[in-house]
Amino acid sequence: MTDLTRLTIAGARDGLKKGDFSARELTSAHIAELEAARALNAYIVETPDQALRMADKADQRLKEGDAPGLCGIPLAIKDLFCTEGVLSTAGSHILNGFRPRYESTVTANLWRDGAVMLGKVNMDEFAMGSSNEHSHYGPVKNPWRAKGSDQDLVPGGSSGGSAASVAAHIAMGATGTDTGGSIRQPAALTGIVGMKPTYGRCSRWGVVAFASSLDHPGPFGRTVRDTAIMLGSMAGYDAKDSTSVNRPVPDYEAGLGKGVKGMKIGVPKEYRTDGMPEEIDALWQKGIDWLRDQGAEIVVVSLPHTKYALPAYYIVAPAEASSNLARYDGVRYGLREKVDGGGLDDMYEATRAAGFGDEVKRRILIGTYVLSAGYYDAYYLKAQKVRTLIANDFHSVFKKVDALLTPTAPNAAFPLGDKLDDPLAMYFNDVFTVPANLAGVPAISVPAGLTGDGLPLGLQVIGKAFDEETVFTVGQAIEDAADFTAKPEAWWRD
Amino acid sequence: MNTDKTYTVKGVTGDWEIVVGLEVHAQVISNAKLFSGASAAFGAEPNANVSLVDAAMPGMLPVINGECVRQAVRTGLALGAQINKWSRFDRKNYFYADLPQGYQISQFQFPIVGEGEVVVDLGEGRTKTVGIERLHLEQDAGKSLHDQHPDATYVDLNRSGVALMEIVSKPDMRSPEEAGAYVRKLRTILRYIGSCDGNMEEGSMRADVNVSVRKSGDPLGTRCEIKNVNSMRFVMQAIEYEARRQVDIIEDGGMIKQETRLFDPNKGETRSMRSKEEAHDYRYFPDPDLLPLEFDDAFMTDAKASLPELPDAKKIRFTESLGLSGYNASVLVAEKENADYFEALLAEIVKATGKGEREVAKQAANWVISDLFGHLNKSGAAISDSPVSPAGGAELLKLITDGVISGRIAKDVFEIMYETGKSAAAIVEEKGLQQVSDTGEIEALIDQIIAGNPGQVAAYRGGKDKLFGFFVGQVMKATGGKANPQVVNKLLRKKL
Repeated sequence: MTDLTRLTIAGARDGLKKGDFSARELTSAHIAELEAARALNAYIVETPDQALRMADKADQRLKEGDAPGLCGIPLAIKDLFCTEGVLSTAGSHILNGFRPRYESTVTANLWRDGAVMLGKVNMDEFAMGSSNEHSHYGPVKNPWRAKGSDQDLVPGGSSGGSAASVAAHIAMGATGTDTGGSIRQPAALTGIVGMKPTYGRCSRWGVVAFASSLDHPGPFGRTVRDTAIMLGSMAGYDAKDSTSVNRPVPDYEAGLGKGVKGMKIGVPKEYRTDGMPEEIDALWQKGIDWLRDQGAEIVVVSLPHTKYALPAYYIVAPAEASSNLARYDGVRYGLREKVDGGGLDDMYEATRAAGFGDEVKRRILIGTYVLSAGYYDAYYLKAQKVRTLIANDFHSVFKKVDALLTPTAPNAAFPLGDKLDDPLAMYFNDVFTVPANLAGVPAISVPAGLTGDGLPLGLQVIGKAFDEETVFTVGQAIEDAADFTAKPEAWWRD
Repeated sequence: MNTDKTYTVKGVTGDWEIVVGLEVHAQVISNAKLFSGASAAFGAEPNANVSLVDAAMPGMLPVINGECVRQAVRTGLALGAQINKWSRFDRKNYFYADLPQGYQISQFQFPIVGEGEVVVDLGEGRTKTVGIERLHLEQDAGKSLHDQHPDATYVDLNRSGVALMEIVSKPDMRSPEEAGAYVRKLRTILRYIGSCDGNMEEGSMRADVNVSVRKSGDPLGTRCEIKNVNSMRFVMQAIEYEARRQVDIIEDGGMIKQETRLFDPNKGETRSMRSKEEAHDYRYFPDPDLLPLEFDDAFMTDAKASLPELPDAKKIRFTESLGLSGYNASVLVAEKENADYFEALLAEIVKATGKGEREVAKQAANWVISDLFGHLNKSGAAISDSPVSPAGGAELLKLITDGVISGRIAKDVFEIMYETGKSAAAIVEEKGLQQVSDTGEIEALIDQIIAGNPGQVAAYRGGKDKLFGFFVGQVMKATGGKANPQVVNKLLRKKL
């Protein structure tokens, strides 16, 4: 880690404005670091030349005094975002060689504000997974290791490359997407901040779809302030996404620092699950105490349908995915596997068999099944009803409290391969994050402490729809109190 | 009034009734596609009108085209149907090379338009009311081209994503004739309001035909669906063939299998495409990329205000206010362009003559239907290509009314107008075709004729009244047909 890669986005922004260093220097420092960190397998594509071009342009804007908040800030982009002219694979072999001729709205917003792209980062294939082991490009390794161990751990998923790159200081921030926890869970497992905004805040246009009604683009940063800065740029109404919401985007950064005094913070009793590790329960209690100490009123609340969230999610998400992924058929782009003497169906089968990994196939099968004639009512329709009940749970509880505090994940980072043969154990990683996706409400994960083994743990703050400001405020109160300064040792440098 | 003729298929066990329902797919007239900004125009180079959304590129999202919604609502209103201010788009999932998304965005459970009805004209004053079950919006697919390469199929996505209205009838039709008349009427209505051009050759209107047979009074039989029939004649042929086929199977002791069939226009028969067991499970579910489709009363009011007078209302006005015969009114309203021409002509005549519409309407209608349509049909031209404008027609008809030319001469003048595009007055002037109404001139001629035909004069005066026509003919002959017949009659009676 160099002086420049140690900076936060906010710090780098101020340094750039003062002229302490140039965007080219800042970007070059990150390129050097990420090239030395290939052992993490965080990047699928590195774009150093493009990064330097963008940095030079940022320097020009800085010189001209036209420097928006992210001017010259080097970022990692989850490979789910389509980036013009740059390989965009969603971590899948089926998008082999796919270079879009268009730029996703969210990344376009970041470039508009002067940000610099370091490259495209690894992820679970089509964002399906909680460990980043389901990538055609191989697993990402968590920069963190347990004390005294050299065992490789997962960074969480699906945005594992995003989380690892920010945690390892090989990007100042990153974009991610969160369909069931894919921003918050990896943020928790890598000791950084991850924010899933309200559904409709960030456009999905140009983001490869997993489950349209649950997909939320959002930012990673090392501080709450950094994610607030990033979200301010990423968010905004987009007429090209019919589910985008036309509401003004507040200045999230300006809204920080208000403190939680006088706020009512709910602690949902249903989140205290059986078999939850003692350390996580204890950290949760610590978080409660921190907020109380800062003047918040703690209220135990009930979200009675919580236990149905995970099963409902694993019906709705695969159902949408089975349809969203039908377009990968070998006809127009990406992989095409031809069969000698075969017809159209043979090409479909060969292409999709070779192009999709096991987890993606599993979810396509589940999704196809739950939408099938005779099963639709029992599964999909029922799950949608559950979803409504869960949204109602949040709606009524937010009449009483300003925000909720929960753990982010039921465990810390686990060894590579540990849950690979047990999909249900893997799915259980999303147990605390999935409800906010089903309800579309904003939630953040903030690093709050370490396990006895020295691995990071996160706490989650969930807020009302379109009230990201309160979520950031409460998140910052946790951040302040936790004073999480631990860093992984840079074992990955060769 | 309902049809009094009952159509049956004769079988060895007796007469069979047929039951027909139609799903008509009508391409919406709009500049852009249903969910993308690409042009919906017909006839472009392959894949010239394809947006990123139409090609289902990763991360692309559909955005509803409000104009297509407006057209569907207008159509629903024109069909007297219920308009659903809340409707929803669903995905219909299946794989095909010309379906880039792997699903068609359609409306399954909650269509934009509900029940309505269409009154169908069966000729000779017979009508039939056919119920509309629903109308929904959906995307068209692209086109697979199998004949471009010996071992590859090409795909043209120009149509991919173009907006279609699927108009589903109730199983109310009982004969091929009724089905044909229903499609014709639907086409007329859509063309009137401009929501579909009704061009069946270009595929902008095509029908899936559901046919079953039963003995009168029995419950509905098992139906077969004949897909993608693209002309009114084929619709009728397919029904006729299919009903016969079903009757033969049942009477041979067989059972009708519910299946999808194709009509082969060359052989005039239907053949099996896929059975019920092979039918797709489309796995419909609400499209999560789109919000439910909602609009307010103002949108409906605007849509309603934009509707022209519909053919049924126009026909009533033509018969009741203008005094046209039911037949003439039907002929004139069948195509909006024809009705428009007639009304423009009428307005020109009223302007030129100062007479009331009702006074001149019959003459105008007769002229349009026999003279103008006759020439247009002969030269295979559409009314929009007519070399004689409504104003030109009015000028010609006014010459008759004013007695400048006779009806007989008018036909010749029209012929020249049609050929040369010259005005009626100019032709009459040029060729000296003015009617002779000068009593002095005609009287002199009559005197000559009476003098020259003493035998006939004697016979007439002796009681052979029929010879009056002979004298009229002689006068006409002498004047080259230009003598005013009324003047001739009057003078002849006086002189004889």
